[in-house]
Amino acid sequence: MSTTVSPGAVTAAPEIGAAAPAARRLPAEDGRRPRWQRVLFVAALVGAAVIFMLPFVWLISASLRPREYVFAPGFLPTPFAPDNYAEAWRAVPLVTWLLNSVVVGSAAAGAVTISSAWVAFGFAYFRFPGRNLLFGLVLATMMLPFAVTMIPTYLIWSKLGLTDTQVPLWAGNLFGSAFYIFLLRQFLLSLPREYFEAARVDGASYPQLFWKLAFPLIRPALLVAFVFEFKASWTDLLKPLIYLRNEQLYTLPRGLKVVLDRFGYGGEQQWEVVLAGSVIATVPMIILFFLAQRHFVEGIATSGRKG
Amino acid sequence: MATTVSAPAPGRRRRTPLARREARWAYLFLAPWIVGFLVFQAGPMIASAWLSFTEYDVINPPEYTGLDNYRELMADPQVARSLGNTVYYTTLHVPLVMAISLGLALLLKRVGRLQGFFRTVFYLPVMTPAVAVGILFLLLLNTQDGLINRALGLVGIDGPSWTTDPDWVLPGIVLMSLWSLGSTVIIYLAALQNVPRDLYEAADLDGAGAWARFRHVTVPLISGSLFFTLIVNTIASLQMFTEVYTMYFGNRQTAGSFNSDAASFYVIHLFQEAFQFLHMGFASAMAWLLFVIILVITVVQVRLSNRFVYYEGEER
Repeated sequence: MSTTVSPGAVTAAPEIGAAAPAARRLPAEDGRRPRWQRVLFVAALVGAAVIFMLPFVWLISASLRPREYVFAPGFLPTPFAPDNYAEAWRAVPLVTWLLNSVVVGSAAAGAVTISSAWVAFGFAYFRFPGRNLLFGLVLATMMLPFAVTMIPTYLIWSKLGLTDTQVPLWAGNLFGSAFYIFLLRQFLLSLPREYFEAARVDGASYPQLFWKLAFPLIRPALLVAFVFEFKASWTDLLKPLIYLRNEQLYTLPRGLKVVLDRFGYGGEQQWEVVLAGSVIATVPMIILFFLAQRHFVEGIATSGRKG
Repeated sequence: MATTVSAPAPGRRRRTPLARREARWAYLFLAPWIVGFLVFQAGPMIASAWLSFTEYDVINPPEYTGLDNYRELMADPQVARSLGNTVYYTTLHVPLVMAISLGLALLLKRVGRLQGFFRTVFYLPVMTPAVAVGILFLLLLNTQDGLINRALGLVGIDGPSWTTDPDWVLPGIVLMSLWSLGSTVIIYLAALQNVPRDLYEAADLDGAGAWARFRHVTVPLISGSLFFTLIVNTIASLQMFTEVYTMYFGNRQTAGSFNSDAASFYVIHLFQEAFQFLHMGFASAMAWLLFVIILVITVVQVRLSNRFVYYEGEER
C-alpha cells in the first residue's frame, strides 16, 4: 500500500494480464482458543460497540423529543414529538437541499468514476513511453493538499462566471482523480490480457475494448469508486462554503450548517430542529452503506482509503 | 485495421507502427487526466505560489510584495495559534486512532462470524456527514447535560467544560475524532487476515508467548499498514476542517467568542483569510507553508519507516 504515498517506489508498472494479484486469504482464527477467552473478546467488543452506537441512539431519540426534553436523561424518545421533523421541513428548504445533494453527488460520482476508469484503462492496457513517470505523477498528486490549489481553482470558476452555481462542486471530477485511477488500474491489471487480444483480433477498436469489455468486467470496482465519491460529495462542506451563496442551491451539509447557526446557538436554541436536520442528512448515508457495504469494506481493505 | 492486428507482437524496444499507434491511443486515454492535472493541479500550484508573493483581494489586480506575506506569516500570533492547535490535535489523534483501531481489529479477528456485525458498528460513524458529527458532539460534549459528562458523572468524575473552557476544547475535539476511526480498523483487520497462520504456528513451536507473537510476528507483518495509516491519518488531521468549523465557526455568535481562538485550526484560519477577509495572497502563503510542513513530515515518516517496515518479498 505504500505505493500510494511513496510514488518513487513505483518501478515497472505492469500491464493488463501481467500481474496476477495473489491474495492470500485465510479462514478465520481456528477454534483452538479456550471458550472463556472468546467470551471475553466478544464481551469487550460488545462494550466498544455500545460506546460507538450510543451517540446514534441519542441523536435519534433526542430528535424525537420536544424542545425542553432534548437534554433529558435516558435514551427513550419520551415524550414523543415526531413533529420536530415537520417543523424542520417547514423552517428550511430541506427537500431542495436533499435533491441538490442527490444531483451533485450523482454528477460528482458519475463523472469521477467514468473518467477515472477511462484513464486507468490507458495506464493498464497500453505500453508507451513515459508511462511509469506519468503514473508516478498521478500518485504524487494524492499528496497535494487541497488548500494549495483551492484559491486559484476558485479564481478559475469565478472567471468562468460559475461561482454560485453547483458546477464547481462536480465538474472538476470530469478529469479523473488519482485515488480512483490507482484503484481501478489495480482491478484492470487482474483481467486476463487474452480477452482483449481476442477482441482486437475480432476487430474491436480501443474505445470498444474499454466500453464493451473492461467497463462491464470491473463493475464491482466502479461501484466502489462511485459510492466513495458519492459519500465524499454528500458530506463535503468546504466546497459549498466557497462556491454557494444562494440558499436554494445548497447541498445538505451546507444547509445543515445554516440550520445550526440559525436554530442552534445563534437562534432560540431549538435543538430539536437541528437534530432532526442532522438525522435527515445522515440517514441516506446509512442506507447507502447497507446497500453497498461490501463495496465500502472491499474498497478500504484493498486500497487503504481513509473514510 | 486488419493488417495491424495480424502483425506480429511488437518488440518491447523497437518502435513499430503498431507501437506508435498504441501510444497515440494511450495518450488519448490519458488526456482527461493530463488536462485536469494541468488546469486544476499544476496550474493552480504555480498560481498560488505566485499569489503568495502578492497582495490580492480579488477585486484589485494582485500587487507584488515580495516576501511580505511570509514575514507576516511568521510573526502572526493567530497563525501560530492555529498551527499549534493543529499539531497538538494531530499528535493526540493519530497515535490514539492507531492504538484503539489495532486493539479493535485484534479483537475482531478473533470472534469468527460476529466479525461482520461489529465491523459495521465501527464503520457507521464514518458514514455520518462531518457536519452532523460536529453538531452531535457539540451536544454530547455539553457541560451540564451532555451524554459524555453524564457518563463521567456516573463514575464520580466531574466532567470539564469541553466546549467552552479553552483548555478543554481540543481534548473534546480529539474525543470526537475517535468516534470515526472505523476505516483504520478495517485496514488493520484486512492486514491481520493476511498474516500467514504457519508463522504463528512456528512461533508457538518456538515457545513464544502471546506478547512475543504479537511483537515479533503480528507487528512486523502488518507494519506496512501501520505505516500507511500513520501517514494518511497525519496528513488528514493536519487538514482538519469540517467538524471543528461546524462546531465553533461561521456564525456571528461564535466568531470572536473566547473559544473560537482555542478551536482555531490551520485550514480553518486559512479559509477565513482567503474567503472571509479576501487576503488571497496571505492565504496562498499559508497554503504553501502547510504543503511544506506536510512534505517534511511525510519524508521524515518515510525515512523512519524504512527502518521499521517489513516488506515481504514483493513490493507492496
